[in-house]
Amino acid sequence: MAETVQQLSTRHLLGIKDLTIDDIHLILDTASSFKDVINRPIKKVPSLRDITIANVFFENSTRTRLSFELAEKRLSADVINFAASSSSVSKGETLIDTVNNILAMKVDMIVMRHPYPGAGVFLSKHVNAQIINAGDGAHEHPTQALLDAFSIREQYGDVAGKKIAIIGDILHSRVALSNILCLHKLGAEVMVCGPTTLIPKHISSLGVKVEHDLMKALHWCDVANMLRIQLERQDINYFPSLREYSMLYGLNREILDSLEKEITIMHPGPINRGVEITSDVADSKHAIILDQVENGVAVRMAVLYLLAGKHA
Amino acid sequence: MQQSILLSGQKFQLTIQRLCQQLIENHHDFKNSAIIGIQPRGIYLARRIREELQQILQIDDILLGELDNTFYRDDFRRKANGPLVPSTTTIDFVIENKKVILIDDVLWTGRTIRSSLDAIQAFGRPEKVELLVLVDRRFSRHLPIQPDYIGIQVDSINSQRVIVNWRETDTEDQIILLTEESD
Repeated sequence: MAETVQQLSTRHLLGIKDLTIDDIHLILDTASSFKDVINRPIKKVPSLRDITIANVFFENSTRTRLSFELAEKRLSADVINFAASSSSVSKGETLIDTVNNILAMKVDMIVMRHPYPGAGVFLSKHVNAQIINAGDGAHEHPTQALLDAFSIREQYGDVAGKKIAIIGDILHSRVALSNILCLHKLGAEVMVCGPTTLIPKHISSLGVKVEHDLMKALHWCDVANMLRIQLERQDINYFPSLREYSMLYGLNREILDSLEKEITIMHPGPINRGVEITSDVADSKHAIILDQVENGVAVRMAVLYLLAGKHA
Repeated sequence: MQQSILLSGQKFQLTIQRLCQQLIENHHDFKNSAIIGIQPRGIYLARRIREELQQILQIDDILLGELDNTFYRDDFRRKANGPLVPSTTTIDFVIENKKVILIDDVLWTGRTIRSSLDAIQAFGRPEKVELLVLVDRRFSRHLPIQPDYIGIQVDSINSQRVIVNWRETDTEDQIILLTEESD
């Protein structure tokens, strides 16, 4: 029998930084197979039936948590959910203690979102379980970058050579960093665009173009990834008002129509309609925002499947 | 590695034709039947069988699908070098209430067939599922699974390998038995 086996180079998914190009391609290819699975009449496969996964969320999330939970259930894993707001964390328990208590209940994998950058890396060094980073502060959000790359690949056939503009609050965005790393590894060109105050100072050292003019960025790109203004992470005022931001960096129908070419609009969600993107753009045929959400389940299934198949 | 050819040339072709005739006995015009080849190697036999059947019956609409069972296998996490890379599944028709003929090249332990039976359930409830294999390595089953249509039966030991080559992808149609040489 001609069997091919392939595995990831890493035991955890902490960030795109740790993945090789082969890893990323393996995840995206496996995700294609899972996208096929979740479009069948019966969307469930038994691959992970002997695995228990804890979703540990120290920060609010709708899409990512639901998407992970669905991915886990479609793979037949047992799932427990943990939200920090209703837990002993508020009674003073440390992160390691909390997680070790969960692991004592015989859990194999931890999917964690945490407000502190590096929380996943820290945890992976101190507990004996596979860790998947579902967002750590303003650091990385690897599965979002993977599903964005998957969506671009689905749209254009390949990511290499494509021009992607990431527009908005780059400074507070973990999606931006993971996307830049992932798209670069896949051979795409990346530009970041936003007000000077929301672009990190030395970001060009990552090899990205920096632009402050929305129109120039849109003329340049094939794909525009619109990011939300993360007001919850902004301790000072980075711009005078949302209205002014929206006038300078908001994407609306007229701007889209004034471009000579068709571009694809992406958004990792949650959308602030009327701020970074207007409703008529978000709901237009150029936007693949809901495809991104669908692909998110397939990509997370691929990540869980490949990590579960990885031997220590 | 010692090689012996178990079947090739005209005899190979005769075996395929006999299997087709046996299928016709049970499925007549194939109006309510579907052929499904199991990935990765069963798809070539399935394509050949369909081609042959359509020629004999002078029709061109026998349903053909290709099924990948990677996610349904029971040896996931037991492979030394990581998980299997899945192949594609293409089943562009409804299998509900159809007579499904699962096709694979070699039947050995029966585990592939078990996972394929699980995988096929995701596409509906067939009226009946039959199994056709080109090579039945008898006395080596791990599960109570037997084929309905058999090309040839082979008595082999575990360390031997049975390989089916196809003229489409390899050099010619043949079944080979590979034996490790002992010192």
